Amino acid sequence: MTRRTRLFLEREGYRRRRLRDMARLLPVLGIVLFLLPLLHGRPEAGVIAYLFLAWAGLILLAGLLSRRLQEDPPAPPGESGP
Amino acid sequence: MITYDLLVAICLAYVVVLFAVAFWAERRAAAGRDNWLRAPLVYTLSLSVYCTAWTFYGAVGYAARSGLEFVTIYLGPTLVLIGWWWTLRKLVRIGKTQRITSIADLISSRYGKSNTLGVIVTLLAVVGTTPYIALQLQSVTLSFAVFVPQGAGRWSSIDPNATAVAVAAGLALFTVLFGTRNLDANERHHGVVMAIAVEAVVKLFALLAVGSFVVWGLGGGPGEMMARINASPVAQDQIRAGRWIGLTFLSAAAVLTLPRMFQVLVVENADEKHLATASWAFPLYLMLMSLFVVPIAVIGLEVMPPQANPDLFVLTVPLDQGRELLATLAFLGGFSSATSMVIVAAIALSTMVSNHIVMPLFLNWKSEGATMSGDVRKLVLRARRFSIAGVLFLGYLYYRLSGGSEALAAIGLISFAGVAQVLPALLGGIFWRGATRRGALAGLVTGFALWAYTLFLPSFGEGAVMSARLLAEGPWGIGWLRPQALFGVQMDPVVHAVFWSLILNVLAFFSGSLAGFPGPMERLQGAQFVNVFERSAEGRAWTHGQAEAEDLLLMAQRILGPAEAQALFHRVAADQGKGGYLPDITPEFLQHLERELAGSVGAATAHAMVGQIVGRSSVSVGDLMAVADETAQMMEYSSQLEAKSEELARTARQLREANEKLTALSIQKDAFLSQISHELRTPMTSIRAFSEILIETKNLAPEERTRYSRVIHEEALRLTRLLDDLLDLSVLENGQVTLHEQAADLSDLLDRAAAAAGCSGPGGIRIRRDPARERIRIFTDTDRLTQVFINLIANAQKYCAAEVPELRVEVREAGGRLAVDFIDNGAGIPRKSQALIFEKFSRLTDPRSAGGAGLGLAICREVMSKLGGSIIYLPGQRGAAFRVTLPQACRRAA
Repeated sequence: MTRRTRLFLEREGYRRRRLRDMARLLPVLGIVLFLLPLLHGRPEAGVIAYLFLAWAGLILLAGLLSRRLQEDPPAPPGESGP
Repeated sequence: MITYDLLVAICLAYVVVLFAVAFWAERRAAAGRDNWLRAPLVYTLSLSVYCTAWTFYGAVGYAARSGLEFVTIYLGPTLVLIGWWWTLRKLVRIGKTQRITSIADLISSRYGKSNTLGVIVTLLAVVGTTPYIALQLQSVTLSFAVFVPQGAGRWSSIDPNATAVAVAAGLALFTVLFGTRNLDANERHHGVVMAIAVEAVVKLFALLAVGSFVVWGLGGGPGEMMARINASPVAQDQIRAGRWIGLTFLSAAAVLTLPRMFQVLVVENADEKHLATASWAFPLYLMLMSLFVVPIAVIGLEVMPPQANPDLFVLTVPLDQGRELLATLAFLGGFSSATSMVIVAAIALSTMVSNHIVMPLFLNWKSEGATMSGDVRKLVLRARRFSIAGVLFLGYLYYRLSGGSEALAAIGLISFAGVAQVLPALLGGIFWRGATRRGALAGLVTGFALWAYTLFLPSFGEGAVMSARLLAEGPWGIGWLRPQALFGVQMDPVVHAVFWSLILNVLAFFSGSLAGFPGPMERLQGAQFVNVFERSAEGRAWTHGQAEAEDLLLMAQRILGPAEAQALFHRVAADQGKGGYLPDITPEFLQHLERELAGSVGAATAHAMVGQIVGRSSVSVGDLMAVADETAQMMEYSSQLEAKSEELARTARQLREANEKLTALSIQKDAFLSQISHELRTPMTSIRAFSEILIETKNLAPEERTRYSRVIHEEALRLTRLLDDLLDLSVLENGQVTLHEQAADLSDLLDRAAAAAGCSGPGGIRIRRDPARERIRIFTDTDRLTQVFINLIANAQKYCAAEVPELRVEVREAGGRLAVDFIDNGAGIPRKSQALIFEKFSRLTDPRSAGGAGLGLAICREVMSKLGGSIIYLPGQRGAAFRVTLPQACRRAA
């Protein structure tokens, strides 16, 4: 009984820390996505469409993340878990 | 065609609605029903002050000129917002715990509450923002002009400057009304934020409406639109990688450092959770704002005459197509963009100017007034109002001087690059504890100067501030100092300026930080900023009870003077049956206090001041003044610490010495114990052995019997002597000794001592004396003194290792005291042992060679201290030397 609870908590904490990692990594992903048009060179309609799609995708990810992060209890001190 | 007058009427009606919204929001907030105002949506929409008229009108013009590049201005903020977990979360938390009022306040507070930094950031912000405000005024006047029919005589009668003046004055009025309504310590302006949220909706709706019309009404739907884009010149320009990356970075920096963005992001933030919502909702807003920019630009280039200003396509395209309602909506959108930016920028700047320039000047000018007189809040509000008017006037002035002809995008980027100079100090300050005031100062000044040199001053055009020759050849013909090609690097001017100014800014920031040593306040603030998540529980929140009473007392002291205020509080506390100076906060007490304060500052101010503290907010001016106190306290505290640590070091040193001595003593004691048992055992053994012989041997010759008996007797005497010594010492140490004082000649005492020590016999030590000097009559316990002399002479005899042992006895009077020196010609006593020889049981040489148990000198010391004199080892006499000193009182005229 107690064991199961602890397992659950550990899993929960682990998930939460990974979520924070994801929140930190999201702008890095954004940088990569926003630099890709440079490879193409000319801003054709396809490039513009790609840019807005990537943008929308990032927003969607950020939205999901922020919802999950808001469910969190306040971050424990130190907060950089393994 | 919509008439100009109708447009003005619509515009005025819109402004009235905005005032009403702001007023309504203020009322609700004042009534405490501000739940709705604190919604994350309102926060997100308020962030839209990022989208100014520059983005509303200018983005389309930018796209028409340079293609997709305009979008970088939105990509940067998107990256910052979706990366909120890195920076914004921390900034908002710091803003809350430290009650930051502006970006200048943040920098100044982080670096030890340095006002120099506050002033520099304020100046930077004013210089960077003024052109931007001019830009907004220009966009409004331009958009008004669009609605005047070409060639009609009407416009010529309407001065565009008058429009600009009217707009500036209206904005100033609104900002003063809702931005300086009260002096809220949290610097939150519910009315302003609400009005801006409404404006955000209007501008987004307007742009989406125009965009939809363009795509579906003129472009023939999305598919057709794609083909048109591919065919248009907009899609022909290559994306320039340097500008793409540089501008994305620049806009990301700007969203953190623009004073107005800091105001809405950090200062006006009511709840950290709103940031989580804004992290995706604001990028969504930005994306929607830019979604139709390219289509509008493409269609505008197609349908409008070539000389048409692409910056106004948002207005002119619908107008050209006869959609006047749509055009009016677009006009309101542009108007909203311009006004919201100007309002927030003016609030942010006025806060900075009043907090960092006006107030310090005032407090300096009136140094005693700062601590005693209380009417500072009124002054702050007045300073803010004047600052708002001043900022808008500067903007208007810039608009008039610049002539309003430049492309809109240029000023925007210049402004971004200017405020971005704060970035290193900002990020360094919240992530690196080693960042110091000196580093921030160096970085800011370097970056500011380079920005002015490479971008701002050249932006006025050739010959305005910098001559064409300077721009082309560099100052004094030094090519590598050319403002737009530093070190011979040719780049796009904006990227060039951003690159060099920020690189050198960062360099100066780091080297300045690494070189200096921060003061205590800086280190304290640094730790609090960098570790804000670990420490946020300690944030100085205003809570019920004691803290409030204390704050009230603090404030009252500023107004009534310390003595009166303390007396008042003490009296009230006593009435409540409490001791001390902090009464319970009861309505009666508050009323009483308010009345008292009103006597000094007037009822309204007193009410506002008390309300501010009891209403769970703080005195920001009080804090301003407390800064000086705090710094002084920190300094005092650290100097106290220093003194304490010195004291500790001294104590530790003493303890170490004592410990060394104790250790040595303990070793000695062990040695003594083993020796004394040996000393006791040796005579005991021989006594036992000889007495056994006497008992068991019946027929012993009488002479043998006598010999054995003598041995026993001598050994018994030795034992007795040893025990006498121990007893003597113990008596002396316990202070139970009685002195038998009598008069005697010093020379007689020495004679006796020499005789008793057995020097007269063969092999005895030779004693050299000066009888003339010894003829001194003294009055003391002569037996005890002689005992000391005997001991010293016997010691010399025992330990002096010279071939011809010799002891000099010198009598001298030094410093009013009588000193008798005993100096032998032996090897002396090693330095390390000099401290120990007077201790009990100490014996330096092999115990075998000495007859005693090492108590002699210890006894001497005790005796001399009982006689009121002393005995010390006299170093530097080649042999062992002891000085016996007698007090003057012992001396009797001979």
